[in-house]
Amino acid sequence: MSDNQNTPGQDVAARDTAAHPERFEDPGVPAHRSRLTDVDPQAAKRNERLIALIFGISCVGAIASVVVYFAVRPDGTTAGTRLSTALLGVTMAISLLGIGIAAIHWAKSLMSDHEHVDERHTLASSPEVRQVAVQHLADGVEDSGIARRGVLKGAAVSALALFPLTFAVPLISSVGGDWNVSKFRHTLWERNKRLAYDPTGRPIRAADLTVGSAAHVIPEASQEEMQSHEWITEKAKAVVLLVRLNPEDLRSDQSPEGETWSYDGIVAYSKICTHVGCPVALYEQQTHHLLCPCHQSTFDMADGAKVVFGPANRPLPQLPITVDDEGYLVAQDDFAEPIGPSYWERLK
Amino acid sequence: MKALAARRHHRAAPVVLLLLALLVTGGVYAVLAPSPATAETASTATDVEEGQRLFQANCATCHGPNAEGTPEAPSLVGVGAAAVDFQVSTGRMPMQMSGPQAAQKPPQMNEEQTAQLAAYVASLGAGPAIPTEEQVDAELGDSANGALLFRTNCAMCHNAVGAGGALSEGKWAPPLDEVSEQNIYQAMLTGPQSMPVFNDANITPDEKRDVIAYLVEQRDGSAGGLTLGSLGPVSEGLWAWVVGLGLMIGAAVWIGAKSS
Amino acid sequence: MSTDTSPSTADTPTTPAGKAADYLDQRTSVGGAVKEFARKVFPDHWSFMLGEMALFSFVVLLLTGVFLTMFFDPSMALIEYHGAGPEAMQGQLMSVAFASTLDLSFEVRGGLLMRQIHHWAALVFMASIVVHMMRVFFTGAFRKPREINWLVGTVLMILGLAAGFSGYSLPDDVLSGNGLRITDGVVKSLPVIGSYLSYFIFGGEFPGEHIIPRLFTVHILLVPALILALIGVHLFLMVLHKHTQYPGGGRTHKNVVGYPLFPVYIAKMGGNFFIVFGILALMGATMSINNVWNYGPYDPSPVGAGAQPDWYMLFLEGSLRLMPGAGTEWVIFGYTLPLNVLIPAVVVPGLLFTFLFVYPFLEARVTGDKREHHVLDRPRNVPVRTGLGVAFLTAFIILALAGSNDLIATHFGMSINQITWAFRILFFVGPVLGFWITKRICLGLQRKDRELVLHGHETGRIVRFANGEYIEVHRPLDEQERWLRVNYDAYKPLEIEPATDARGVKRPGYKKDKRWQKLSRFFYEDRVEPVTPAELAAAHSHGEHDEIESAQHSPELVSGAENAEREH
Repeated sequence: MSDNQNTPGQDVAARDTAAHPERFEDPGVPAHRSRLTDVDPQAAKRNERLIALIFGISCVGAIASVVVYFAVRPDGTTAGTRLSTALLGVTMAISLLGIGIAAIHWAKSLMSDHEHVDERHTLASSPEVRQVAVQHLADGVEDSGIARRGVLKGAAVSALALFPLTFAVPLISSVGGDWNVSKFRHTLWERNKRLAYDPTGRPIRAADLTVGSAAHVIPEASQEEMQSHEWITEKAKAVVLLVRLNPEDLRSDQSPEGETWSYDGIVAYSKICTHVGCPVALYEQQTHHLLCPCHQSTFDMADGAKVVFGPANRPLPQLPITVDDEGYLVAQDDFAEPIGPSYWERLK
Repeated sequence: MKALAARRHHRAAPVVLLLLALLVTGGVYAVLAPSPATAETASTATDVEEGQRLFQANCATCHGPNAEGTPEAPSLVGVGAAAVDFQVSTGRMPMQMSGPQAAQKPPQMNEEQTAQLAAYVASLGAGPAIPTEEQVDAELGDSANGALLFRTNCAMCHNAVGAGGALSEGKWAPPLDEVSEQNIYQAMLTGPQSMPVFNDANITPDEKRDVIAYLVEQRDGSAGGLTLGSLGPVSEGLWAWVVGLGLMIGAAVWIGAKSS
Repeated sequence: MSTDTSPSTADTPTTPAGKAADYLDQRTSVGGAVKEFARKVFPDHWSFMLGEMALFSFVVLLLTGVFLTMFFDPSMALIEYHGAGPEAMQGQLMSVAFASTLDLSFEVRGGLLMRQIHHWAALVFMASIVVHMMRVFFTGAFRKPREINWLVGTVLMILGLAAGFSGYSLPDDVLSGNGLRITDGVVKSLPVIGSYLSYFIFGGEFPGEHIIPRLFTVHILLVPALILALIGVHLFLMVLHKHTQYPGGGRTHKNVVGYPLFPVYIAKMGGNFFIVFGILALMGATMSINNVWNYGPYDPSPVGAGAQPDWYMLFLEGSLRLMPGAGTEWVIFGYTLPLNVLIPAVVVPGLLFTFLFVYPFLEARVTGDKREHHVLDRPRNVPVRTGLGVAFLTAFIILALAGSNDLIATHFGMSINQITWAFRILFFVGPVLGFWITKRICLGLQRKDRELVLHGHETGRIVRFANGEYIEVHRPLDEQERWLRVNYDAYKPLEIEPATDARGVKRPGYKKDKRWQKLSRFFYEDRVEPVTPAELAAAHSHGEHDEIESAQHSPELVSGAENAEREH
């Protein structure tokens, strides 16, 4: 498609093929062009002074950096730390950039800029070398007798294959803790466990929630309990978002036949996204939509937390709730299904 | 010697001026704005009447002649003075056109008119009152506790330091760096638009003040230098490319260029 | 080549430097190395410094990293913080890792500077790797004998991702904690081993109390050691192959034209190190980065708007965001296969990385060229490769933008849902369009090159002949300009042996050959051949002919300087 555009030219070309080489000749390395500093000693001198000056500025920067370190002590305020950081960094940059700019300017303006040409050599070794190498290997194989002694080969290979176990077994068996992956199924929620505000831990009275409220909820626990890794790991599964809708806005929830999992327009859903486990928490009270800030899965809190947009596939699991004698919200039970992202044996 | 005296006082002058300005503002505010605790009782009958007139002229088209609500706009019975003050003083109401959400714009009503409107709406049914100055005083708040509460309840929409963020379908959670302390408090209390309500049982008045203290502390900027919008890794990555790679490639071009 | 600088002269040295050199040479034969390398020639071009930028930002990472390890404590023990950090952090429950990050930022003078330089250097490290890879790809520097070095480089890029990701998570803050949680979700989605791999990584259930020390070991020992070793291999191969060079007069596959290592490259490279370090220092001094105290210590409940990873992981984030969830979780014999996670987080990056690993070998196969290549291609001269590269970048950039869709929504006043839909479509359409447009542009540029070679530069000078005809005078290219435009290979699609041999017997392997030929056609069907001397001569004589015809009534006009210019 390309070379038909010069049809008349090609006719001529066909005629002249004999007279012209097939390809153009390499014109060779372009002639060296002298720089100002090559021809004008004054200019070279000027550049030399300039380079020395830039190195000098670098020295000043380095010394200034030390001075700043001792002189500008951060006073504990944001502005103080900012000033110290900025001064230390800028003086450091002056010292570094000074060296860089001076060295490069030196190379560009004063060092010879005549191009050199080096030959390349083929990377492959010569046939003779290869022959010797192959011979060496063959001699080695012969010396070891590995080709003849089959049992020895098998034994050596087995030993080599097995020895990593001595290292891998202790490592792998310990590295995963107790390997009890069924823990994914259970959370701290249980019958009559009170719902409490996160992070204060105050229990929640149903009457205190106004319509349009959203509350971030944890299982009630003492402050001491909350100061442990066990708590953080359990909290990672137990966090719940509680919202109160107008009861007539609540189209559906996940309660099975004959049970009521919500209470007077109050619904509680796991906050852990069924996509990859981000806390889903952007509740839009007018649309009743709950949006995940990580990947924008959107759930409809008025309709059983069904997915209305985004990469999540399943609704957020609902926490069955009710109120106790004192009017506090409590769980009826744990979640009916594992919370959070899907995994291979989730339904087993 | 006058000049010398002036110079000597120079250093303290801004502080004195600031204090004076604060006092004056506070004084004027105290005179102009009815004290919230007494807002519903102290607003005179004329305020309510004037507010009703303003309501009929500016709001009734959407909210209905008696604020009972229409298909386009919610009922305002029982939303309280705080909601009105928030919506009107931030210019969100009266709304110019319908969109994904009412945008902030220069307020259409002056303080007096706002107060009158608030008085009228408050008279329709009991609702949250405008917070007192003490309730929103960042100086009295505990920013550490505020940080904790903000992180759990607010950061997912408004970003970790209140730089704002996106909601679904073109809605957004606005940045909070220029929102007044009053308005922050009112927003938590009344849950405007998409925002859920955080009533006093969920976040107590003291805790609300803690949140305000945290947000006000963020206005000092970052200890590390320019905040780059506090938007997190995306803006940092953009700046790494633009400034970092930009400068380095610029330098490389200079290194590679032949000297003349 | 001069060996003046070699210290191993035969004569007994008299100067102190000479004596030292002699001492050293007698024990290390360093003289040979100096002879070999001191005046080694390197070609000069700004784009050859992109890899240097990556190397030097890695050195800065090592330097600042050592500083940080002096003060960072990778422990997940929980403490109540009271220290020099911001007011909002006082009294909060946090891990020692987070607390020591605060301390090294606010108590250690210059600590925050070092932390910020470290983080900026990490972002720039990955960015310069990407740009360096783009340079290598688009100029065909991965061709024989450099395929292995391309693989080493690609592995280095992936190790860079690992280094960045493990470091980013160390302060144990809310933002990176949520990143780890997403990682956990992705790991759990893997069939059969998912749950166990999650336990393997976290030492139990997420987040547990082991992950930070484990990541610390990965971040400061495992990954950097691998990176250093591979950088060694990368540079060794670079020196062994000698650097590629751009096409131009005197530059062939058999030589290398440039400046000697000592002193020019020592000065330029050394200088560039200080410039890279200086720019990073300037960034660390003035631009805040990853203010973990804004995010707060890790707590599994909160999340912040703008929850994103560092830029080099954004493509994964975007991939996860774009995948629609409905109907993509399959249950097979009671086992769950969450394709809404597996496809975006495993398949998509898998495809992208596979393309990078395979491409040099694929191109070599369809080109059928076994020669060594040391002169770089101009991207226009290999339209399909350039198009594929642009298609790859388009996909990568669209994914990265999709990973920032919430910020695009707020900053351009758009709906996040519409943006997501637009990117879902663009992810498929964009690369195809990018490929097609780029290929067309390349072919167009090649034709323009032909045009230039055949007819010369337009001078804008208009000449009127006596018969009233106007022509524009063209100035022919000088031989260097011309050489640049004609010195390339326009490969033709592979030719294969016929399906049957001479005796009409079906040839085994024909089908396979046919498939390769198809692919080869895709690469080289459309091509623009370089101008040959014969064509140039023909174009000239044709031009002259034209001229004489038009000017036959006034022969005096085809003489003189203008004529001489046109004649070329």
